[in-house]
Amino acid sequence: MSELLLPPEHRYAKIIQELHNEDGSELSILNLGPTHPATHGIFQNILLMDGEKILEAEPTIGYIHRAFEKIAENRPFYQITPLTDRMNYCSSPINNMGWWMTMEKLLDIEVPKRAQYLRVIAMELARITDHIICNSILGVDTGAYTGFLYVFQFREKVYEIYEEICGARLTTNMGRLGGFERDWSPKAFELLEVFLKDFPVAWKEFENLFERNRIFIDRTVNVGPITAEMAMAYGFTGPNLRAAGVDYDVRVAHPYSSYEDFEFIVPVGKSGDTYDRFCVRNAEVWESLSIIRQALDKMPEGNVFHADVPEYYLPPKEDVYTDMESLIYHFKIVMGEIPVPVAEIYHAVEGGNGELGFYLVTDGSRTPYRLHFRRPCFIYYQAYPEMIKGAMLSDAIVILSSLNVIAGELDA
Amino acid sequence: MDSTFIIEKSVVILVVFGITMLMAMYSTWAERKVAAYLQDRVGPNRAGWGGLFQPLADGLKLFAKEEFSPNTPNQFLFKVGPGIAMATALMTSAVIPWGDRFHLFGRDILLQATDINVGILYIIGIVSIGVYGIMIGGWASNNKFSLIGAVRASSQMVSYEVAMGLSIVALLMMTGTLSLKEITVQQSGMNWNVFYQPISFLIFLICAFAETNRTPFDLAECETELIGGYHTEYSSMRMGFYLFAEYANMFVSSTVLAVLFFGGYNYPGMSWVVENWGVNFANVLGIGALFIKLCGFIFFFMWVRWTIPRFRYDQLMHLGWRILIPLSIINIMITGVVLLRGEIFAYLGL
Repeated sequence: MSELLLPPEHRYAKIIQELHNEDGSELSILNLGPTHPATHGIFQNILLMDGEKILEAEPTIGYIHRAFEKIAENRPFYQITPLTDRMNYCSSPINNMGWWMTMEKLLDIEVPKRAQYLRVIAMELARITDHIICNSILGVDTGAYTGFLYVFQFREKVYEIYEEICGARLTTNMGRLGGFERDWSPKAFELLEVFLKDFPVAWKEFENLFERNRIFIDRTVNVGPITAEMAMAYGFTGPNLRAAGVDYDVRVAHPYSSYEDFEFIVPVGKSGDTYDRFCVRNAEVWESLSIIRQALDKMPEGNVFHADVPEYYLPPKEDVYTDMESLIYHFKIVMGEIPVPVAEIYHAVEGGNGELGFYLVTDGSRTPYRLHFRRPCFIYYQAYPEMIKGAMLSDAIVILSSLNVIAGELDA
Repeated sequence: MDSTFIIEKSVVILVVFGITMLMAMYSTWAERKVAAYLQDRVGPNRAGWGGLFQPLADGLKLFAKEEFSPNTPNQFLFKVGPGIAMATALMTSAVIPWGDRFHLFGRDILLQATDINVGILYIIGIVSIGVYGIMIGGWASNNKFSLIGAVRASSQMVSYEVAMGLSIVALLMMTGTLSLKEITVQQSGMNWNVFYQPISFLIFLICAFAETNRTPFDLAECETELIGGYHTEYSSMRMGFYLFAEYANMFVSSTVLAVLFFGGYNYPGMSWVVENWGVNFANVLGIGALFIKLCGFIFFFMWVRWTIPRFRYDQLMHLGWRILIPLSIINIMITGVVLLRGEIFAYLGL
């Protein structure tokens, strides 16, 4: 098995050959991945094991690398959202909004308050689905399957809301430059109210199932701890950094899309172990629900859902057929001929699992000169070999799912 | 030995075999339905009413699947592994007393394949052979995940068998017999052992989970770590045998729990029924009572599986060696003191 994938001159093969234990035991190599049920996605880990204990790990990434950054250099700006969809596909609206906000920062577009609030709702829903998946999959990886399927039906409810907003479910491609493609339907708000009523009950049950469960605590407390210093040195952000005790949250540190209008706390952990990461995510779901509720309550009257920027925002179809200016704008936007300044900007949003940054360099042409995605998973995964050193095989799997490494985002 | 005896025993054996197979089959259906109920789903509902033909469909599918065997130097062992697991799972049901004697055709028919006087030892012995199926299968698969699963399974079995045996010792000190039939008879009229030996019952229950490789002790096959554990490389009906053996084991464990601690086929008011409605009717009710009890245990097994996470390997060993075994030894001592209280008081001159 591993012999097929590992050349004989591999570092670990040499270690095994040269090591002679007195009791005659040998170390072994285990290939965790690329297609292993615990690696949610595809990445390989070559583990050097002493029995069930992991001595060293060597990760390999890139199995689903699709060269998004290079593809982006050849695409008009409005065609880049579908790429962001496919990074962290568990919370694609956040990625979409992050990209549009980067563009709006570049073009200096002021988005109306109502559209900003709608965006906040979409992003917090995405954060909830992201945390639902991460925490319930952590349950599955420890062997408790029921919690996963039980809360998964609420992810479905969120997807129904997405469907109402933009027509898509997983890869949403939501929003447009300056706001949304269309106003949210009354049905969307209706579904949102139902979700806000039903979901807290189920999430409370889910929390009760795990947080005080003795076996779950034994499995997760002190498993894969990371100190605040080490986490910062690696560049951790998001729930994984907050679990280590650092209260850094992009929504608070650099508010975007009117996050400063809402009151919410940033939950932090202490030891940065798997249990803390789990609890921080649980607590963040409650905060997200509260933010959605506040956004709905504070929502300005009217039906404005996009900024008045005819140069960048597609006109309604009937205007295109009847109005010459609209026709010209339509043509220019579709052909990607929108006026873009020469600039270099960075914009970050608090993604489902950390700071999702967009570093954009433009040269005034119809495509980006260079676009870099700061993908939090890529950074977490670099710390993974160090975190599982000395742990057992079961721990390695639990740590991986608690870091919420998503292959699509890791490889981009 | 007359020919009618042979016929009688053959019929009983066939019936017991059939019931074990049927229960194991329908445990898979029940498992899926229970899981669905716990997870707010519907569960299988396509094949037959309420999905009742689902086990048959599953079996048929497994038989029709391609038989894949890995490139292993131990083809024979690879093939014999599931057979051992299956055979031992079916053998245990031989000593279970399913009911009292029936009066039929002028004969007393005992609803038990054989009433040997070392029934409990027989069960423990056969169950420990069962691990060979897993061990051999996992080792012969020539796969590291299978091997890890097999090693985990065998060390788990060995550790929990000790605790299981010790927990039964306390029970045997009380009953004074190893025959399951005798133990059942002693429990007539609500004198269930669970009321006298609750700790022993608890330890035995936990060990039963470990022996059947069910959550939270399913380390041998935990799919999130070891893909399929010892049966990673198996396909078609060979894998079906492993899965089937697990359910047969669960059925037998539930039955043993019901017989040892919950009075077997006894039910309240049994002597009244015997006097007024006859032996045979009382026996039918008794079989019903036993099945209700064991189905309760099967449901409990499933309920636990779909509720709690599994242990890590070292935590499992910790629980086995440092909690269950000392606890069962303490239980033995307490039982001994209570049984010999007369002598002890006399010795102390009280």
